[in-house]
Amino acid sequence: MSISAEEVKKVAHLARLAVPDEQLEGYVRNLSNILKLVGQLQAVDTAGVEPMAHPLDMAQRLREDVVTENNHREQYQAVAPEVENGLYLVPKVIE
Amino acid sequence: MEWETVIGLEVHAQLSTNSKIFSGSSIAYGAEPNTQANLVDLGMPGVLPVLNKKAVEMAIRLGLAIDAQIAPKSIFARKNYFYPDLPKGYQISQYELPVVANGHLDIELEDGGAKRIGITRAHLEEDAGKSLHEDFHGKTGIDLNRAGTPLLEIVSEPDMRSAKEAVAYLKKLHVLVRYLGVCDGNMQEGSFRCDANVSVRRPGQPFGTRAEIKNLNSFKFIERAINYEVGRQIDLLESGGKVVQETRLYDPDRDETRSMRGKEDANDYRYFPDPDLLPVAITAEDIAAVRATLPELPHVRMQRFMDAFGLSHYDAELLTQNREVAGYFEAVASGCNDAKLAANWVIGEVSKALADNGLEIAASPVSSDALVELLKRIQDNTLSNKIARDVFAAMWDGEGSADEVIGRKGLKQITDTSAIEAVIDEIIANNPKQVEEYRSGKDKLFGFFVGQAMKASKGKANPAALNDILKKKLEG
Amino acid sequence: MSQADSIHTLSLKGIRDGVQSGAFSVMEATDAYLDRIERFNPELNAYITVTRESARAQAVAVDNRIRKGELSGPLAGVPYSLKDLFCSEGVLTTCASNMLRNFVSPYDAHVAEKLKAAGGVLLGKNNMDEFAMGSSNETSAFGNVRNPWDTSKVPGGSSGGGAASIAARLAPMTLGTDTGGSIRQPASFCNITGIKPTYGRISRFGMIAFASSLDQCGPMAPSAEDCAITLNVIAGLDSRDSTSVDLPVPDYTASLNGSIEGLKIGLPKEFFAEGLAPQVGDVIDRAIKEFQAKGAIIKEVSLPNSHLAVPVYYVVAPAECSSNLSRFDGVRFGHRCADPKDLTDLYERSRWEGFGAEVKRRIMIGTYALSAGYYDAYYLKAQQVRRLIKQDFETAFAEVDVIMGPSCPTTAFGLGAKKDDPIAMYLEDLYTIPVSLAGLPGMTFPIGFAADGLPVGIQLVGNYFEEARMLNIAHQYQSWTDWHTRLPAKFA
Ligand SMILES: [Mg+2]
Ligand SMILES: [Zn+2]
Repeated sequence: MSISAEEVKKVAHLARLAVPDEQLEGYVRNLSNILKLVGQLQAVDTAGVEPMAHPLDMAQRLREDVVTENNHREQYQAVAPEVENGLYLVPKVIE
Repeated sequence: MEWETVIGLEVHAQLSTNSKIFSGSSIAYGAEPNTQANLVDLGMPGVLPVLNKKAVEMAIRLGLAIDAQIAPKSIFARKNYFYPDLPKGYQISQYELPVVANGHLDIELEDGGAKRIGITRAHLEEDAGKSLHEDFHGKTGIDLNRAGTPLLEIVSEPDMRSAKEAVAYLKKLHVLVRYLGVCDGNMQEGSFRCDANVSVRRPGQPFGTRAEIKNLNSFKFIERAINYEVGRQIDLLESGGKVVQETRLYDPDRDETRSMRGKEDANDYRYFPDPDLLPVAITAEDIAAVRATLPELPHVRMQRFMDAFGLSHYDAELLTQNREVAGYFEAVASGCNDAKLAANWVIGEVSKALADNGLEIAASPVSSDALVELLKRIQDNTLSNKIARDVFAAMWDGEGSADEVIGRKGLKQITDTSAIEAVIDEIIANNPKQVEEYRSGKDKLFGFFVGQAMKASKGKANPAALNDILKKKLEG
Repeated sequence: MSQADSIHTLSLKGIRDGVQSGAFSVMEATDAYLDRIERFNPELNAYITVTRESARAQAVAVDNRIRKGELSGPLAGVPYSLKDLFCSEGVLTTCASNMLRNFVSPYDAHVAEKLKAAGGVLLGKNNMDEFAMGSSNETSAFGNVRNPWDTSKVPGGSSGGGAASIAARLAPMTLGTDTGGSIRQPASFCNITGIKPTYGRISRFGMIAFASSLDQCGPMAPSAEDCAITLNVIAGLDSRDSTSVDLPVPDYTASLNGSIEGLKIGLPKEFFAEGLAPQVGDVIDRAIKEFQAKGAIIKEVSLPNSHLAVPVYYVVAPAECSSNLSRFDGVRFGHRCADPKDLTDLYERSRWEGFGAEVKRRIMIGTYALSAGYYDAYYLKAQQVRRLIKQDFETAFAEVDVIMGPSCPTTAFGLGAKKDDPIAMYLEDLYTIPVSLAGLPGMTFPIGFAADGLPVGIQLVGNYFEEARMLNIAHQYQSWTDWHTRLPAKFA
């Protein structure tokens, strides 16, 4: 099991990671090795085995519908790269 | 050879909870940017979602109202994509095992017939924030107040065959969610949003390629957008082109849909069960508890109004558009024992006065009991319909109860015949010429005498009594 | 004053009693550790942030409250450190990543709140593998950590800074996290005690996520008793983490002295097969014999699917991490690249610059495993095998009370030895990962030194929520042995 340079590029874009061309080859090699490792799973017979998404066999605990929060905008935006008039700013989004 | 239109609809209904679906932030509309976005809504490192119980109950509520199956075990999943109004880089939604599946809604067609529209599923999910594109020196501003607002996405089967059917389905659903109290239905504020999947095909052929139209925030636009899109697809196909599967945006100003490529770029959402949220268990008891609080559904109530009160389909439908109005009507109808009279007044005077003053029925200055008191005065001939309308106006302006207004203004109708005879004798005496002409066969002058008599009695003469006394006297 | 020179040799109980009796003040205890950090951290690099000022301010406040008799709990006046992925309000919280190099958390993690409320004094934030992804602490953007027992060796990871801090007594107790062995492996490499409780026993709120269905916080300290005292304070339900379990929290110190006679210990034969370094196997065998001599019953058990745990883990953990780390996008916090030309550029460069190579590898593998066409073959398949692994444990626990075996196949390896071979690094965790996948509690405690002079820890696995029994067993062992009290000469 291995992954091509094209697939790595596609995956990197899905994950929003800009892989520089000169580093692509190294990622192709490493990711292929990891896929080889996890490839062992294909041989296992899992017919009828229920997938395990979670270690606990429990139901979800829900919360009551009450408003418990108040405004902390200044405090939370203190760690933001760019804000103006209480808005987070990003490069123009073309709709 | 003609074309058949195929339409499926996705409605995003904002649930009327107090707090967000996964956090304790308020969902009140119109707050200052980012003042209702807490650590969880902002997707800060280390925070976790905790599901709002009320949102689940509301989903069950809708599910029961559309005869759907409620999943005993429901799963939340992550839909992964990057967008500035999506703080975590994924939307918590449902993929496999939504809370609600396999329901339906029956719509009435123009020809009076009915049609059943299948509802594939209804799932809970969180809303995204808002991108503000007005220029911040070439940048886009992000407001995350809306991020995490609870949504119920209601997905229909591709069962509709015209824009009219689509609108009929949406109106029916719109009435239902408001009736159930799960959504305020405010389309301007985006509480009730619709995406339409539209395709065309030759009758009997498999489905054609569909386009998804977004941003449909009024019934008018929905109908226009679908019709435009159908036309576009037919022209395309008839000129030998192909329809591409894509998302299109409706532009009300240009009345056209246009492709939204770019936001697409080969989306692969990588759905998987959210490891922060265990399966939601919904027991028979939970469902029974919600069922116990279900109101009588609009279509059931409409039928009852027709059967029990003999109302027309039109009146019954008008009176069941809104739960409070229907309740007001029923109170008045039973209070005065005359459903038709009650219907005429609620649909007429009351609705008109509410509309003129932009009020909801709950805020009506004339309560159902007060209206009953007024209608009783019509029934016992104290008031004519015309005078009753004046009394209603006075009651609306807070001048007191029906009887108080009648007493104060001396509006009591004259039923005692001697008084009426006196009035008529005087009129006959004062108008010999007209009497002559009438007796010589010009009977349309009868109206003239009625008018005079009413004028003389300031409209208080009982019309029926006045009529036959006048007849007798004129015959002479 | 001679008292102050030996504070670092005290147990948590010793420190607590000392400040209560007035033998020394919280300030003296705090300064004793701050001085050791100043002296030894430059060589070990175990701390990313030392909160000297706030620690001394806290010490003054706690001293006052103790004098007023307002504070007398088991952690009142006790200094501690936190792995740098626990959010601490007003304190730099980096996850050892350039992505969060300047991130001052606006809030406290649940466990940070608990320790604060108990009167603990935060000394600083420990170095770690970036976003807890690594087994050697070499993926940290703040430089590698050195093992106090041999500074040419790694301390293990991802909680390597914490393990080194405890081993060299730069803190008497720390909190780490364990996703596939990140508490147990470094604790074993550094001759300390560490426990990863049952998944859900401690709230994850404020613990920056790596793999949500595996991450679990746990105490690291010299002894099982110290861990029990700490667990008493941090375990339990938290309304902000719906996966935290609503079960009563026993007093973990109450049962420490219980007898282990008749205890049924299972040894998974797969954990003693090839792959286990003989010099480690010898030390493990000796410890097992000691338990046997004290009346424990030894039984062989089998975990037939355990060899599949590493492959399963390297699908499940990256899949979850690829999604968990999407929030680091340069918009609301964290690193943003210089003048992005458009939105995609903002995302792709900020994330590329902010994350290190191992984190990026795992994000890419996880993205691939979840992507269209591969989901069933990788993610779903891994989830099914994960259940098989859990079932192996259920079968074993039908026959034995606890399971014992090596924590790691080798002793601490050389700095750089596996840095460029991810697969070799992943295989370090082959004994700890199965336990994490099952969500079972696992711990490690010191049982001596291998032929190469480096420490060896034994892994103890209990059934769900059996932490009290596990701590009891480890404490008994520590009552007959003194391995856990040994200090590396250089840092004595
Ligand atoms: Mg949709
Ligand atoms: Zn949706």
